[in-house]
Amino acid sequence: MLIASQAMTPNALADHFDSSRQAVSKHIKILTECKLVKQEQTGREIYYHFNPQKMKEVDRWLEPFRALWEGRFSNLDVVLRNLKNKKKKS
Amino acid sequence: MKTTEKIMKTTFHKDVANNKMSITREFAGTLADVWKSWTDPKVLDQWWAPKPWKAQTKSMDFRDGGRWVYAMVGPEGEKHWALAEYSKIVPQKSFEVLDAFGDEDGNINNDFPRAKWKIVFKSVAVGTLVEIDVTYNSKEEMEKMVEMGFKEGFSMAHENLDELLAAKK
Repeated sequence: MLIASQAMTPNALADHFDSSRQAVSKHIKILTECKLVKQEQTGREIYYHFNPQKMKEVDRWLEPFRALWEGRFSNLDVVLRNLKNKKKKS
Repeated sequence: MKTTEKIMKTTFHKDVANNKMSITREFAGTLADVWKSWTDPKVLDQWWAPKPWKAQTKSMDFRDGGRWVYAMVGPEGEKHWALAEYSKIVPQKSFEVLDAFGDEDGNINNDFPRAKWKIVFKSVAVGTLVEIDVTYNSKEEMEKMVEMGFKEGFSMAHENLDELLAAKK
């Protein structure tokens, strides 16, 4: 993540990722809502900072759930494949 | 014939204000098969526990007010008993569950928070979309369960995830 190393404006981010300012703004909006980035107004420009503490929190919250469900779901993929194959044979 | 296998992405969303976790996942299976996987204990036992754990159904009564009593069986044979109470069943569309930890006889252990689950099934191009909402009574309860998840390790799930990631490479 680029803003982990320095605060940046949306225009600078858009340039860097070769994407539209609109696309960048949409991503930032989501990240800001989750408080993963903080904004700071300096004159006419808004700078965005990465919020590492929040990032840790989100990971901490999600990790056990994520691991549990990914495990389950990959099992279910196999089960569904077997159900499908059984039908083909019968 | 080898079918192209799309890697299905799981999305997770945490809604702190409502003490809610939302999970969505698409499956390459018909709505009928996916519904059966969630509601037929013989099939459910095959996938509900992440490896190397196994789910073992003691009894299941899939109807409004009915219960599923099952154990998560660990590699050393250790058993964690859990149960689920069903409600608002709309066949092949959705149902709700109130989960709990308990014992072999289905007695609920009230030391642990209970979560309400809503599971919705939808037909989509690749097969079936499943949306799961898990809601706790309070932020404290949700946090307690997350803490527990860490202590218990869910190492079982991690192992499975490693396997999954390796397979994706």
